[in-house]
Formats: sequence, C-alpha cells, structure tokens
Amino acid sequence: MSTVTHTSGRARPTPPPPAGTTPGPVAESAANGVGARIFNGFSHLFLVVWAIMVVYPLLWVVMSALKTDAEVIRKPLSLFPASLQWDNFARAWTAGIDSFFLNTLLVLVGSVFLTMLLGSMAAYALARYEFPGNRLIYWMFLSGLTLPIYLAAVPLFKGVYNTGVVLPLLGPNKHVMLILVYVAWSLSFTVFFMHSFFRTLPNAIAEAGLVDGASHTRLFFSVMLPMAKPGLISIGIFNVLGQWNQWYLPTLLMQSVAGEPKNQVIAQGLIELSVNQGYKSDWSGLFAGVTMAMLPVLIVYIVFQRQVQSGLTAGVGK
Amino acid sequence: MRHGVARFVTGFLALPVALYLFYVVWPFAQAAGYSLTDWGGYSDRQQFVGLDNYVRLLSDELIRKAFWHNVFFLVTVPLFTIALALLLAFLLNVGGREDRAGIRGVFGSGLYKVIFFFPQVLSLVVIAVMWQQIYRADGQGLINGLLIKIGLVDADNPIAFTNDPEPFLGVPAVLWWLLLIAVWSGAGFYMVLFSAAMQSIPKDVYEAAILDGAGRFHTFFRITLPLLRDTVSVAWVYLGFIALDMFALVYVMTPSQGGPNHASEIFASVINFNAFQKGQFGYACAIAVSLAIFTILLAALQLRITRRERIEY
Repeated sequence: MSTVTHTSGRARPTPPPPAGTTPGPVAESAANGVGARIFNGFSHLFLVVWAIMVVYPLLWVVMSALKTDAEVIRKPLSLFPASLQWDNFARAWTAGIDSFFLNTLLVLVGSVFLTMLLGSMAAYALARYEFPGNRLIYWMFLSGLTLPIYLAAVPLFKGVYNTGVVLPLLGPNKHVMLILVYVAWSLSFTVFFMHSFFRTLPNAIAEAGLVDGASHTRLFFSVMLPMAKPGLISIGIFNVLGQWNQWYLPTLLMQSVAGEPKNQVIAQGLIELSVNQGYKSDWSGLFAGVTMAMLPVLIVYIVFQRQVQSGLTAGVGK
Repeated sequence: MRHGVARFVTGFLALPVALYLFYVVWPFAQAAGYSLTDWGGYSDRQQFVGLDNYVRLLSDELIRKAFWHNVFFLVTVPLFTIALALLLAFLLNVGGREDRAGIRGVFGSGLYKVIFFFPQVLSLVVIAVMWQQIYRADGQGLINGLLIKIGLVDADNPIAFTNDPEPFLGVPAVLWWLLLIAVWSGAGFYMVLFSAAMQSIPKDVYEAAILDGAGRFHTFFRITLPLLRDTVSVAWVYLGFIALDMFALVYVMTPSQGGPNHASEIFASVINFNAFQKGQFGYACAIAVSLAIFTILLAALQLRITRRERIEY
C-alpha cells in the first residue's frame, strides 16, 4: 500500500504549500510510482464521469430550450438543435416568467434584509444577555427546525386570510405578507446559526465598549455586528438560496382572491407551468422557463463560487 | 452596567418573537388542537374526539407504509450521499501525483468542485421538473433514450421509473429512483464540506504520517477519516432532516403524489392526502403531530449520539 516509500525518511527542506493550490512546476517524476499513476488516472476517470452526470442534464435542458417542439419529441437526446429557436425564450418570458422574476425580486429584497436584521438582533440578545425566559425563547426558535411545515398549512392560510380582512396588505397574494412569512419561517435557522456565532465573540471588546459609554444598541450595530460579518455572509447566502427556492409557502399563500391575478414567485410559477404545459404541450417553452430560472443562479454562483461554497458549508459546519 | 438591559432585550426580541409566534407557533398550536377533533377542513363543524385520531393512526396501513418508506430514506439518503461525497473528496484531495511536497489533489480539483456543487444552487423545483424529463417513461426521456440507443433497454418496454411500484431489494423501485435524485443533488455539497474539513487538518499531521511511510490509503483511513468524524456526523444530522422532507420530489414526480398505488407514500404525502384529498383535516393534523414528535426524538437522539469532544489542532 505504501506508495511514497521513495520519499519517506528524507527530510524535506521546503514546507509544502497549502492544499487547494494548483501543483507548481515541481520535479515529480522520481516520486511517482506506477501505482500512483494508475490511481491518478482512475481518480480522473471517476471524477469526469460524475462531472458529466452533473453537467449533461443541465446542458440538455438548456439545449432543449432552443429546439422546436417537434425536435423535443422526435429527437429528445440530441444536444444540437437544427436551428436555434430563441423565440421559445421570448414566449416563455411573456407567458409569465417576467412577472415571476419581478415578484421574486420584490419579495427577496425585503425578506432577506429583514431576516438578517431581525434574526441577528434576536440571536444577539439571546446569546449575550441573561434574562428570565432566555432558554425558553431560544428553544422555541430551535423547535421550528424540526416541525413539518405541512402541519401548519391550513391554520396558516386561515390566519393570513383573516388578517387580510383587517389589514389588506397582510392578506393572501400580497408581497408584504409573503415577506413577513418568509422572515418568520427563516428565523429558526438564522437565530440558531447567529446565536452560536455571537457566543464566540470575545467579551473584552463588548465590555470596553460599554465602559466607554456606548449604549447596548449602539454596541450591537457598530461593534458586534461588524465583527460577525463572516457569519452574516454565510447565513445571508443561505437565506437567499433558501427563499429563492421556496415553493410550498408561495403555493399556499399567493393564491388569487377576488379575481385579481396571482403574484407568483419563480418556483411556484414553474410548477404551474410544468402542470399546464400538459395541456398545451409547449415542451420547448417549459425548458426555456426552467433554463431562465436556472441560469441566473448558476451564473451568480460561478462568479462568486468561493463565497457561496464557503458560505453554505460554514452554515453546516458551525 | 445593568441599566437599560431589560428595555434593550425587549426591544431587540419583540418584533422577531412576535412574527415567529404569529406565523409559525400559532398555526402549529392550532394544528395540534385540530388533531383532537374530527374537523374536515372546509366546514365550520367540528367535534372534540379526544385521542381517537391517534388511536386510529396506529392501525392505519398507509401510515405503516409511509413510516417504513421514511425509515428507508432516513438510512439510505445519508449513507449513499456521505459515502459518495467522501469518495469524491478523497479522489479530489489525494488522487493527484506525489512529489517532494507530499500527496496532492488532482489537477483541476477547483473546477471539479465548482461543477459538483451546481445542483446545490438549483431550486428543488427546477431539479424536479428537470428529472421529470430525464425519467420520462415513454422512451423519450434522457435515460430511456440513451439506453434504447445502446440497446440495453427494449424500446417497447422502457423503464417506468417513478411509475414503477415493483419492489427492488424489498423496496418499491420508485423510491430508489427518488433516492438517486436526492444523492445526485446532495453529493457535491457534502463533498465541498468534507474537502474544506480535510484541508483544515494541519499539514504536519500528514507530513508525520508520510515520514512514517504511510501511503495515501492508510493516511486517509487512519488519519483523515477519524479527524473528519465531527463533520461527518453533522452532515448525517442534516441529511436526516432532508430525508424526512422528500416531499417536494414525491409531490412533483410521482403519480397522484405518493403513487403509484401508494408505493411512494411518506409521512408528508399521507398528511397531504388525508387533509386535502380525503378531507380529514383533524386526522391529518394528528399524523403531523406524531411526525413532529418522531422528528424531535430523532434529532435529540442524533445529537446525543454524535456529541463528542472537539479536537483542537
């Protein structure tokens, strides 16, 4: 098994570079055994196969979006349409994707900002101040992580409907209502995550701030919150993706009342498109819709991949 | 120093707690209340029936089925996802050539990581709609099309995928096909997680091992894997939650949301079925409350098992 016997026992003059950096032009011929080469080849083979399994379906969706309906049915496998049907995108866009995007954007701007603000405020108060009921409130937030959302569906809809009678802005099919619901349902994990983050911040700085006469509120906004920036980035990315992907709550709550058109968000709209196209059999339009929902996220991810990867994995690793 | 603390804490907690109580806790509390009634969900008529619903669900055949399907996902989703993620992370980080600086990651590992992570940023709905097309049972889907072309599948008898209730290894085939999607979409994320954990292990640990003559397999199984224990157990807990929530896939991909012939029922789909198709809302709430209790017990158990002293480097 030991494949590095050539080098073992020899003192190494230079410290190795950290992993993750690409191999530099180091003389490596002597160190590579046959077994290592075979293993290296096998690694690449397996990794390439998995990469194809991930990329091929995505590519297939994008290319199917550029086919005619006839091609989608007759030559479902081909990745190369005879001619590129860009009007599939135009059709899907005007068939509702444009308003899905606008609604999603309107909701997410408000909900992510409020989730972050309220979530860190609650987490901070719970993590760094002792008061009666602290543990109770903390566990109340935490228990939300384990409860199935379907349980709350009907009472939640009834609650929203009744609120809407008194305060129309908080009724069904309203952006403000969906923002508040998203915030409430995102608080559990946000509080849980930021709570552990605020606990690790040093006490000395907080005490120094208080001695200098800063109020608790000021201490939070100008000292503690900036110190928690890495945590905020992680949980921010987590919430953006989570709320962008949310489909159950909007399907439940953004329903048309009194005949006005539904303010659908993207995930909800796509489900409806995929159900409706069964009647219209607009396959290429469906693929175009899925492509448009998928590409912005993929592009943002590719541009910010380092932040997204570390942000999301830190969300689990803490 | 305590001056104003009470006012400050109240000010910071009031809004989040109020929102949470109104939109999360209150609906749950109401649902727990409904579970003690025979409410149908649409009328205003409801009668208190005590624990009748809970007694009834103990002998419900559908729930027994759903329970075992949930257990199936609870075991297989974490197991296969973590195994595959560890294998990918292992190949990425130690599959490269060796040189004077020790064992390296494979060439292009950064690119692989970016690609493997793709499914994680896609919406579950996009994934479900996409796989619906991949799994099409009429020979025009991606997999059937490919297999027919290379002659592995008969064109007149294509794979039925999520329409297939026949058991495979004692579990309905449709569940295995759903499992594949879950593993496909999760492996990349946990691979990145494990990679990051592997890279945070200090280099001198490896240097010492290599000096002692350990190869890459030895190093991986004797040093890397034990040091990853914390990360793996956290991943297991998270994947457990995901496994309990396979509803989006079942909802979009299976016939009549739990079919065919109830072969892919899970707790969530049984709740949905009872509440919205059979109009037995009180009973559906009783199932949901039981599921919540089951989840909380499971989470507590997992936390207890995986609790361990942290290793400080």
